[in-house]
Amino acid sequence: MIKYTIRRLLQTIPVMFGVTIIVFLMMHLIPGDPAQIMAGERASETQIEQMRDRLGLNDPLYVQYGTFVGNAVQGDLGNSIRSGRAVSDEIGVRFWITVELALYSTIVSVFIGIIAGVVSATRRNSFSDMFIMVFALFGLSMPNFWLGLMLIQYLALNIDWMPVSGWGSPQAAILPVITLGTAGAAIIARMMRSSMLEVIHQDYIRTARAKGVKERYVVYKHALRNAMIPVVTVVGLQFGTLLGGAVLTETVFAINGLGRLVVEAISQRDFPIVQGAVLILALLFVFVNFLVDISYRLLNKRIELD
Amino acid sequence: MAETTVRHAPKDPKRINPYLENFKTAWRKLRQNYLAMAGGILIVFFIITAFVGPMLTSLDPNMPNVQARLQGPSSEHWFGTDHHGRDIFTRIIHGMSITLYIGFLSVAIGMVFGVALGIVSGYYGKAIDAIIMRTMDVLLAFPGILLALGIVAVLGPSINNVIIAISIFAVPVFARIVRGSTLAVRQLEYVDAVRALGASDFRIIFRHILPNIMSPIIVQATLFIATAVLTASGLSFLGLGAQPPTPEWGAMLSAGRNYMWEHPHVALFPGIAIVLVVLAFNLFGDGVRDALDPKLKA
Repeated sequence: MIKYTIRRLLQTIPVMFGVTIIVFLMMHLIPGDPAQIMAGERASETQIEQMRDRLGLNDPLYVQYGTFVGNAVQGDLGNSIRSGRAVSDEIGVRFWITVELALYSTIVSVFIGIIAGVVSATRRNSFSDMFIMVFALFGLSMPNFWLGLMLIQYLALNIDWMPVSGWGSPQAAILPVITLGTAGAAIIARMMRSSMLEVIHQDYIRTARAKGVKERYVVYKHALRNAMIPVVTVVGLQFGTLLGGAVLTETVFAINGLGRLVVEAISQRDFPIVQGAVLILALLFVFVNFLVDISYRLLNKRIELD
Repeated sequence: MAETTVRHAPKDPKRINPYLENFKTAWRKLRQNYLAMAGGILIVFFIITAFVGPMLTSLDPNMPNVQARLQGPSSEHWFGTDHHGRDIFTRIIHGMSITLYIGFLSVAIGMVFGVALGIVSGYYGKAIDAIIMRTMDVLLAFPGILLALGIVAVLGPSINNVIIAISIFAVPVFARIVRGSTLAVRQLEYVDAVRALGASDFRIIFRHILPNIMSPIIVQATLFIATAVLTASGLSFLGLGAQPPTPEWGAMLSAGRNYMWEHPHVALFPGIAIVLVVLAFNLFGDGVRDALDPKLKA
């Protein structure tokens, strides 16, 4: 297990390397002169030249990349063009809001998804199965920003204690978490259902039943555990999708998270912020995937690293 | 040259094309799946609407009409009017072609590159495989819509840049699936046999491997159109895709946001349009998956 963990950890190195290269190159792929953009539209020729020097844009590309990574490792992601504050400061608090939002949504979607999937599979072709699957299909097909708007329109505006926007109180979290978690719940429910159906038809389940084990036990002790294995992978991917999806949810509910920061920074052409936020979210996702693979391995000892 | 003569030779009634038979069986299965057929019929209906619809509507989708601002649904304006007095029904009909254009084109581009990279990776293996797949891993490290967001941030907001962004987003998804299938097929004996007969790599890939891995590609393509439509409307909603006054549904939702509290219809109908298109592709894609590859899971 330790050997596996180390090998898996080593595998993340080239990925992180690639991620930093892409994020670093973002700045250079923008049409136009980065120094001009950073210095502002009304900057004089000398100011632009100074900015170019300060940003190290006169150095060879690999030196610039080295500086970028070197600074990033020390927590220095440059300064915001708009506010002049350090990018790491701007990101700091907002990062945790987004992580909280994505985490709550993941927990809710896993909880609802697994229960719905198990109910669906154990009562195959029943009314509840049909109902859950139709619901899941709609959940999967709905743009989350529209779902958010509809929830505000038809719930928040009619319920006194439910705020229409913001973050920080449990009441304020309900609608954003539903908005962000619905698609995930739908995906997990469908996955859980098919995985459960597959397991239920295997020999050891028949044996357990033949032994006279109670149906509840068969489902929850024998089948569920094995049916969960493929679902674990999806949960990790889901968390990533939710980190990205948070961009839309945060915009709809005016939550001051990292996603909203990115969108604002893009429209203000504040590229150091965009770079920093994208980098942090991608690295977090790499880390989460690493954790998922480890837990996957713990659940299923047969897995070999390919 | 030998091949052309075979193709033009009179057909032996006993000689059947196994690939074609495979799809015939799948089609038979698909036809019995009512939900999938409903999705398929909806897709055909949407495509026809995209082509014919704009000719049938009498109103201009982009012409403001101040007198008719924010009217609720009526016999004159089925879905009501927006904050510029434009007929929402007309705008949704005109938006259909934009939505389908983005969906089909971005998936087609992503599929071509993804399939090419996946086959090369799986077929040649070793260093080529390692380089391609690690690159795909890097692309997959950007969670969800974030990669598309970053690309559009760099390229600037426009429909074509959204297509580029979604294509790049799709490439690793196809590459991974295709690589896996190629690895499985490459080991089969018949591939060794055609190689022993002197077939080139190119011929083996196109004539013998590609036809055998079509199923997962088709399934993924159908389902990814749904993802593409959702992503594109999301980017437009954020102001990073189609720009006003383009009648793109995500952009319509974004513009309607400020008026929806008192006039819910401005946000209701474009959203329903998105849901229906995505639902149709999901329904059809699910059916295609069940018909072509029952082993694949949701």
